[in-house]
Amino acid sequence: MDDWAALGYLVAAVLFILGLKRLSRPRTAVRGNQYGAAGMLVAVLVTLTDNSIIGFEWIVGGLILGTVVGALLAVKVQMTAMPELVALFNGFGGGASVLVAAASYTQAVDLATDTSRLSSSAALASLIGAVTFTGSLVAFAKLREALHWSGFPGITILSGLGVVAAVVFAVLTVVDAENALWLWLLVAVGAVLGLLVVVPIGGADMPVVIALLNSLSGMAAVAAGFVLDNSLLIIAGSLVGASGLILTQIMCVAMNRTLLAVMFSPAPVGNGAEVDDIYAGKVRFTSPDDVAMLLESAERVAIVPGYGLAVAQAQHAVRDLTRRLQDRGVEVVFGIHPVAGRMPGHMNVLLAEAEVSYERLVEMDDINPTFEQTDVTIVIGANDVVNPVARTDPSSPIAGMPILDVDKSDVVVVIKRSLSPGFAGISNPLFAADNALMLFGDGRQAVVDITKSLQAF
Amino acid sequence: MELLIAVTLLALAVFLGVELITKVPPTLHTPLMSGSNAISGITIVGALLAAGADHSTFTAVLGFVAVTMAMINVVGGFLVTHRMLHMFGPRRRRAAADQSETDGEDL
Repeated sequence: MDDWAALGYLVAAVLFILGLKRLSRPRTAVRGNQYGAAGMLVAVLVTLTDNSIIGFEWIVGGLILGTVVGALLAVKVQMTAMPELVALFNGFGGGASVLVAAASYTQAVDLATDTSRLSSSAALASLIGAVTFTGSLVAFAKLREALHWSGFPGITILSGLGVVAAVVFAVLTVVDAENALWLWLLVAVGAVLGLLVVVPIGGADMPVVIALLNSLSGMAAVAAGFVLDNSLLIIAGSLVGASGLILTQIMCVAMNRTLLAVMFSPAPVGNGAEVDDIYAGKVRFTSPDDVAMLLESAERVAIVPGYGLAVAQAQHAVRDLTRRLQDRGVEVVFGIHPVAGRMPGHMNVLLAEAEVSYERLVEMDDINPTFEQTDVTIVIGANDVVNPVARTDPSSPIAGMPILDVDKSDVVVVIKRSLSPGFAGISNPLFAADNALMLFGDGRQAVVDITKSLQAF
Repeated sequence: MELLIAVTLLALAVFLGVELITKVPPTLHTPLMSGSNAISGITIVGALLAAGADHSTFTAVLGFVAVTMAMINVVGGFLVTHRMLHMFGPRRRRAAADQSETDGEDL
């Protein structure tokens, strides 16, 4: 690589850094993303001038095909389907790193230029990339609800065996470098491992998995950077790896679970045995008209959205209700739990799509002290993140998980399809609380009905 | 590049990444994720080199598939992030975009 190319890669790296920096504020974020894209363009153009590139037919074909497919997916996707699309893109990034490592390794083996550094980084890139690839595809299928399989007993033991096999093949890849077969076996084991680890994970743990896979795709790029001896891959990959790790940690803290617990012990499931005792005769039901009446006299209303909002595509209906209330002089805020939805920031994107101003979206720690001054809290499609058991019962599966203290507001209206438990599989005493009212039905329809009744006043 | 220099780059970049990302507010976590995801498509650099190396048909095909996958990651990632961020834009064309769901009321 000559000096000009190295300089070009430095420009690209700086653009990535500036881009990520600008992504930290809504006002500058669009520009930040453009910086990132510009950095990528510079990187591609610089690479194309490399004189080891002789033929362009495969390159042009790949560039065109990838651009068309990527652009189509990006333009067509609905905002509610964002988590699975991010998972899919992530998988492709991981897959590309595997193939890059495999191609470099094959070349080096053929030309007998292989070094232990090259083969060990190739082994690492293939393994991480393969795990990312299949792991992301499984996450994609689960988020699309195309896959409901959550594994079989002993799947973690099999994963453990897979890790051992991966280590063995990785060592063989380095030691017995004449035989490219070991690398491919490593890729195969990595692919199976990605499958085994992600299959048992579901529902509310999804944000953690998506963040972790995001981090892994960055690390795969770093390893590919070591294979190619390329500083840009190392820098850009590290930035992504760090970003994914931080998000993973934020998500874990928000659920009061460790990463290992998310990955290797299936989600804690409570026994629904005492459900009847908790709910019997205590649950009070309400109607859209009654809720409208409550809202009519409220001064401050908090709305707490959960994954159910995304499923019901209720974000626009919620926006309309918000505006109606604001026109009446009611203060409306949104309480966003960090793990609400299926990926970090999922609710924020949906509400932004519906043009709810981001200044109204209040983080958990900031909104919790204000629930006592809130007249009506409307919970839409959220369950475990508002379950007071997390505060009160140390033996509960969700004990210690930070929750939104909606039960402290004067009245809580819970819009839900039924009394069925959330992802944690435990009953929610909130539903039977004295100040709670249940409104059964589809989230979107319920909100539309409330808005209509409100108009009648 | 010496191994030690490469490792130094790695360590510094990780610290830089941590510094940059910790400042991102939760509201922007999804665009951050899809944007950084697009940056992880940087592996396209290696894919281009493999696809153009003219070493063997096998490695060229590997390179071709890698270029395709990385390009989907890059183009799709940046585009979808752009779409998302556009929605966070300050006071954008509110009135114009409203006709669909609302029945005519103002903000």
